[in-house]
Amino acid sequence: MTAPAAYQVSHLDALEAESIFVMREVVAEMERPVLLFSGGKDSIVMLRLAQKAFAPANIPFPVMHVDTGHNFPEVLEYRDQRVAELGLQLIVASVPEALSKGLVRESADGMRNRIQTPVLLDAVEKHRFDALFGGARRDEEKARAKERVFSFRDEFGQWDPKNQRPELWALYNGRHHPGESIRVFPLSNWTELDVWHYIARERIPLPSIYYAHQREVIERDGMLYAVNEFFRARAGEQPFKAQVRYRTVGDASCTAAVRSDADTVEKVIEEVAATRITERGATRGDDRVSEAAMEDRKREGYF
Amino acid sequence: MSVETVAPAEADASARPMDLLRFATAGSVDDGKSTLIGRLLYDTKSLFTDQLAAVEAVSAARGDEYTNLALLTDGLRAEREQGITIDVAYRYFATPRRKFIIADTPGHIQYTRNMVTGASTADLALILVDARKGLVEQSRRHAFLCSLLRVPHLVLCVNKMDLVDWSQEVFEQIADEFTAFAAKLDVPDLTVVPISALQGDNIVTRSENMPWYEGPSLLHHLERVHIASDRNLVDVRFPVQYVIRPQSTTVTDYRGYAGQVASGVLKAGDEVMVLPSGFTSRIAAVETADGPVEEAFPPMSVTVRLTDEIDISRGDLICRPNNAPTVAQDIEAMICWMDETRPLQVGGKYAIKHTTRSARAIVRGLHYRLDINSLHRDETAGELKLNEIGRVRLRTTVPLLADEYRRNRTTGGFVIIDEATNRTVGAGMIVEAG
Ligand SMILES: Nc1nc2c(ncn2[C@@H]2O[C@H](COP(=O)(O)OP(=O)(O)OP(=O)(O)O)[C@@H](O)[C@H]2O)c(=O)[nH]1
Ligand SMILES: [Mg+2]
Repeated sequence: MTAPAAYQVSHLDALEAESIFVMREVVAEMERPVLLFSGGKDSIVMLRLAQKAFAPANIPFPVMHVDTGHNFPEVLEYRDQRVAELGLQLIVASVPEALSKGLVRESADGMRNRIQTPVLLDAVEKHRFDALFGGARRDEEKARAKERVFSFRDEFGQWDPKNQRPELWALYNGRHHPGESIRVFPLSNWTELDVWHYIARERIPLPSIYYAHQREVIERDGMLYAVNEFFRARAGEQPFKAQVRYRTVGDASCTAAVRSDADTVEKVIEEVAATRITERGATRGDDRVSEAAMEDRKREGYF
Repeated sequence: MSVETVAPAEADASARPMDLLRFATAGSVDDGKSTLIGRLLYDTKSLFTDQLAAVEAVSAARGDEYTNLALLTDGLRAEREQGITIDVAYRYFATPRRKFIIADTPGHIQYTRNMVTGASTADLALILVDARKGLVEQSRRHAFLCSLLRVPHLVLCVNKMDLVDWSQEVFEQIADEFTAFAAKLDVPDLTVVPISALQGDNIVTRSENMPWYEGPSLLHHLERVHIASDRNLVDVRFPVQYVIRPQSTTVTDYRGYAGQVASGVLKAGDEVMVLPSGFTSRIAAVETADGPVEEAFPPMSVTVRLTDEIDISRGDLICRPNNAPTVAQDIEAMICWMDETRPLQVGGKYAIKHTTRSARAIVRGLHYRLDINSLHRDETAGELKLNEIGRVRLRTTVPLLADEYRRNRTTGGFVIIDEATNRTVGAGMIVEAG
């Protein structure tokens, strides 16, 4: 906090205040909120904000992980540890389980990004959640840049980008009919750099894969993918060791690493401040499918 | 335009208190709002190479003669197909002086409600006018909406100066016409800049094509416009959002009122009044998760504890005994109607949201509808259709804790919700309560 004499707050404090306001609105007005917790940095920051919003009380809602089955072990471990520390209820919406039940079918390219959506919607229906906190930020992607803080979803979980509710001042309209729901994005106005500054300021621990480490990777479409049980090298692709870190954490079969020596939060901040490529552009195979890949997934009910 | 090396300009953000300017674009369709934002991001080196490459590829594939920078904000499929903006795009950039949150809004009349969404939280609005066309009805509508929403700072950008031979005369004629219109609107601060969004004139650096213009570039103005005193630090208004009562064995008997300070300064020891009950008490502590703070002021989210046990719940408001909002069920307000399916009608019943309070309201009367061009008041109007603005009288089921919107954007603004569709159908700005 800055000198109160000036009655000015830093922009990071202003962002924090806005996010806390949004989270409190949801808890005050909605019946069954849940926080989507992937173990990625944005959902980790969101969880910290939830702690702050309701302190000294506990976080008054459960968290849900949509588990594609393609996980980084470091992230799963982090998830479980965090959930235990905070005494949270964790709901796992499992893609492998949905596959074995025949609820969804593996896509031809093996990417599980798209089939996460029906699994998510199924869990929402089963638990009758009416508000889902997501860690998406508007600076991430051009379709996300268009989305409201309170984003209405119809009974099929669909987003209609051409018909969003007006959202004036800080008056968020969470009204909905049974079966419909609201996606809420408390980090809407944060940038990647803001998130990292906040992680540094709050000394928030992260899964180790966010920091530079040695990993066996292959290069495909100009991106570095870790070789593991979910991601196999094709003929002609030569695995090699590289010093890398992850800028985003998604499905392990379509999330790439970036070359990096940044092994501390300060170094990551320096790196992010100097980078010339967006985080999704650098790391996500799933966004490269088409020009409107994100918009299309969001329309179907993706995060 | 070719891909030059771009380096991000986002400066170290948390190291020192950098202030934040939220601004929105406004103006008629095709006047160049999105192009201007693209240009501003490009010229401040705030673009990432993959964003620029993606936009260049799309532009090249469509056969555009130059890279269409509007594609940087027009990110929806339908927007790209139609070449117009449909909904607000939010973009972020920083210079060493300031952080900026941009809301690039649509000019098309059909999407006025999205423009209103973007402008409602703006500290400043850029109103674009095409130099060839001059002021059109939509420019006036947006200027009027900006003044109605009390966006504290307006900048008229006379755009496409390249298409009028950089003519000083054209510029001055439009500037004069706009200034005369704005004089009727109660616009606190107006600046006028001639620009070419396409070519970058007077966006980040001063234009060499218009030596007759002696003012600063647009960015120079955005970086320096004084916004600190726009905030209301006088009237203490703390709408209670949520009551924190831990059900815990370690923290017992804790009762805190969580909320975001709308205006004024709160500190421990202050005598306060709680509305609507009117009970008075003192602030025992102002707390955050990081511990108590000495003072709380906008936009801080804090938890207030009082020295007395009084019944307080969400929707109540903490203020000072000698400076309180009006507790009223009869509200006079300007309404901007945003629903295409059903007009606002006298006798209509709606849900409303005002601060953290919800109520139902009935429209008791429609005094007049405004003609945007002439600002003439049509007192014979029987309803407000999509995008129409008028003054109404409402009666609410429970009292609102209301200030005039011109004095307080938080305790003076409300939204109207259709109870059948749950859609947000109107924006209200309180003129008078009680
Ligand atoms: N010659 C010239 N053309 C411009 C200038 N600024 C914008 N344009 C062109 O005007 C057209 C419309 O520009 P946009 O930026 O999409 O307009 P807009 O105001 O965002 O439109 P909406 O968002 O749909 O209301 C595009 O073809 C631009 O290239 C300028 O300064 N000079
Ligand atoms: Mg536009």
